[in-house]
Amino acid sequence: MSEKKVKRREFIFTATYAVGAVGVGATIWPLIDQMNPDASVKALASTEVDISNVERGQSITVLWRGKPVFIRRRTEEEISKAKEVDLKDLKHPERDEDRAKNPEWLVMLGVCTHLGCVPLGDTGEYGGWFCPCHGSHYDTSGRIRKGPAPTNMEVPKYEFVNNNIIKIG
Amino acid sequence: MSNHEYTPSSKFGKWFNDRLPLLTLGKHLTDYPTPKNLNYWWTFGGILTFCLITQIVTGLILAMHYVAHADLAFGSVEHIMRNVNYGWLIRYTHANGASMFFLAVYIHIFRSLYYGSYKSPREIIWILGMIIYILMMAAAFMGYVLPWGQMSFWGATVITNLFSAIPLIGESIVTWLWGGYSVDNPTLTRFFSLHYLIPFLILGLVVLHIWALHVPGNNNPIGIDLKKPSKDTVPFHPYIVIKDLFALLIFLIIFAFFVFYSPNILGHADNYIEANPMVTPAHIVPEWYLLPFYAILRSVPDKLLGVIAMFGALFILVILPWLDTSRTRSAIFRPLYKQFYWFLVADVLILGYVGAMPAEGIYLLVARVATAYYFAHFLIILPVLSRKEKVLDVPLSITEPVLGGSVSASALRQKKDKL
Amino acid sequence: MKRFLIIFFFLISINLIHPFSFAAEKAAKPMSPGWSFKGFFGTFDRASLQRGYQVYTEVCASCHSMKHLSYRNLSQPGGPEFSEDQVKIIASQFEVRDGPNDDGEMFDRPGRPSDNFVSPYANDKEATAANGGAYPPDMSVLVKARMGGADYIYSLLLGYEEPPEGISLDDGVYYNKYMAGNKIKMSNPLSEGIVEYADGTKATEEQMAKDVTTFLSWTAEPHLEERHKIGFRAIVYLIIITILVYFSMKKIWSRVESEI
Repeated sequence: MSEKKVKRREFIFTATYAVGAVGVGATIWPLIDQMNPDASVKALASTEVDISNVERGQSITVLWRGKPVFIRRRTEEEISKAKEVDLKDLKHPERDEDRAKNPEWLVMLGVCTHLGCVPLGDTGEYGGWFCPCHGSHYDTSGRIRKGPAPTNMEVPKYEFVNNNIIKIG
Repeated sequence: MSNHEYTPSSKFGKWFNDRLPLLTLGKHLTDYPTPKNLNYWWTFGGILTFCLITQIVTGLILAMHYVAHADLAFGSVEHIMRNVNYGWLIRYTHANGASMFFLAVYIHIFRSLYYGSYKSPREIIWILGMIIYILMMAAAFMGYVLPWGQMSFWGATVITNLFSAIPLIGESIVTWLWGGYSVDNPTLTRFFSLHYLIPFLILGLVVLHIWALHVPGNNNPIGIDLKKPSKDTVPFHPYIVIKDLFALLIFLIIFAFFVFYSPNILGHADNYIEANPMVTPAHIVPEWYLLPFYAILRSVPDKLLGVIAMFGALFILVILPWLDTSRTRSAIFRPLYKQFYWFLVADVLILGYVGAMPAEGIYLLVARVATAYYFAHFLIILPVLSRKEKVLDVPLSITEPVLGGSVSASALRQKKDKL
Repeated sequence: MKRFLIIFFFLISINLIHPFSFAAEKAAKPMSPGWSFKGFFGTFDRASLQRGYQVYTEVCASCHSMKHLSYRNLSQPGGPEFSEDQVKIIASQFEVRDGPNDDGEMFDRPGRPSDNFVSPYANDKEATAANGGAYPPDMSVLVKARMGGADYIYSLLLGYEEPPEGISLDDGVYYNKYMAGNKIKMSNPLSEGIVEYADGTKATEEQMAKDVTTFLSWTAEPHLEERHKIGFRAIVYLIIITILVYFSMKKIWSRVESEI
């Protein structure tokens, strides 16, 4: 067999393998993508919450995308406590001003950043939240102060539609 | 499985193989000596394996999104079609995949009939295949119920009512099948459960089917026993693998045409109407692959006998190796059998056609004649042919095809000479 | 090999003909105005879809529900492709029952794009009772649920006639030559000018029938354009890989003396 012939044989096999691999990949993608959030789930992106009945020092929990969202109307004491903290003491340094644009209202996902449990309110060593699963303590700004959680509780995208309504998402 | 010994070259391979001889199995599968004269009708085994895997994978995915509840099933299928990412593609592949599966299995069965692959020593392969085929029909029927459209509901009603033909206990059996006094939510949920189970039973039987095949080895178009391995055989890999792959790709082109350009042509429009126990559709027809049996059922005027005829039509296939006792396998060397083979093909196609037509007038008459012929083929023609037919001389090997001076054998030689 | 290929491609041609057409009850053969969404590269006519949506809401929706669709679908690719702001306005025009609120009560609120189409009746029984005992079918997948599909729906909308002599009709029953059995409980829904198209298209009966049927074809098969697009690519790909595999096979089999 001449050398040319051998080369051509190799070429046709290589080409077949290469084109075949592309096809297998393109076929597998839909099988994977179907597990991603579907169009109806994606459409439920935002929810509106009436906060007119929440007194100072109270909080409400609403469901957004299947997760609890804490909306707390903080007292002056809580706000000042949150603002006084030195950023150097924080595991995940964030200013309170950046977490609560309107300092009276703290809006955050009520999900512990450790492994996803829901922390308890008005408790813990820092007067904020305490996660009973593995003992993470959060302060009055929802920042992690002690325990295994790596980051502060997440603040979702939200806006005040008017004085009484917050739109989350 | 096979008696050739295999020692892996690497140390780890040997260690592993001594404990679990997977490498020996792999070696057996790749080296498996296959007749080199297999034609393309022999590629459908591979195609069917592909179909089974496709149905299992797409079905697994659909089950992630489907809701088996009488009130929600129809809506959940629409949810899959509209909202789930590529849901339409996966559902259409699954629905048309069932049809393609049956198309392939019918070709596979008729190939076996033509070349006498069911004969000794391959009876067990044939019987396993028939059990697989019957399970396929059960799975397909239950799958068709799941979208909970009008055809789902009324198809389920009609088919489960077949069991009411059984004397004395029939009614109790039907009530038991339904889990109520009509086809309803309990029926749907149990059908879903069984529809999920059956493919895995089929998978297990397929393994046995292939195992049983690897004992005597493949039949071949000439239908003679081969020495293995010999110059009449090639190793399975790469020769048969690449040939099966080529045939599979052509099969996939047709499959793709259905999925992308006529996804609903093989289904019935009424199944896009949500199930309604108060209204029966004008024509209840099963999916095309069940039509011949449906025609046999309807052609018998008595309820019990109709059901017996329908199941008998299946059972008769199971005992086929003992009805056709001719020792010559391939129809190539059985001129009369070849004629009657094509009559049978035509008969089954006619049964399929009249099964789709209303059971009245000329259609009913044709259905009766075709049903009678179907049974006559297996119960009268084949046993008589096995004894009386004068068969042609059969060559001794593929490479040296000539024994006597028969027409087809010398034609075979001419073909060889051209190469 | 040759025979094998011939039989295979014969099967493709099954796609082009419908295998089982029934000689059902007497009805005229449906007519076709020519649809842009048929064929290998078929796509929907956006303007027609938008007009069709208008006909659906102003004419059909007073009796026919469309419960599997959401308002957001109106802006998705391959559909009428209204802008998202337009869809927000469309959705807000409908009252959606929601709840329970914190006091445990159900309440009405303006619709959102994520809501499903609001049905005209609370349930099927009410729909049946309000329409003289004939349930107006849900229109989500109506085109796929009728043999003859888009052609049939289009023809039916234009098929109202005076009954021929010798046929008497009960009250609330109308004569339609495309309906199986010719008797239909829906009165002729379309008359010239019943809607006023925003884009200035003249609202003739034929135009409205075509537009609304196009719209219904989309609601039944919202991913049709994507399906055609992916399908074309898939088949071209399959042909290429088949050719490559064919030559690989020839190469491999050239090592043994045999016929492929």
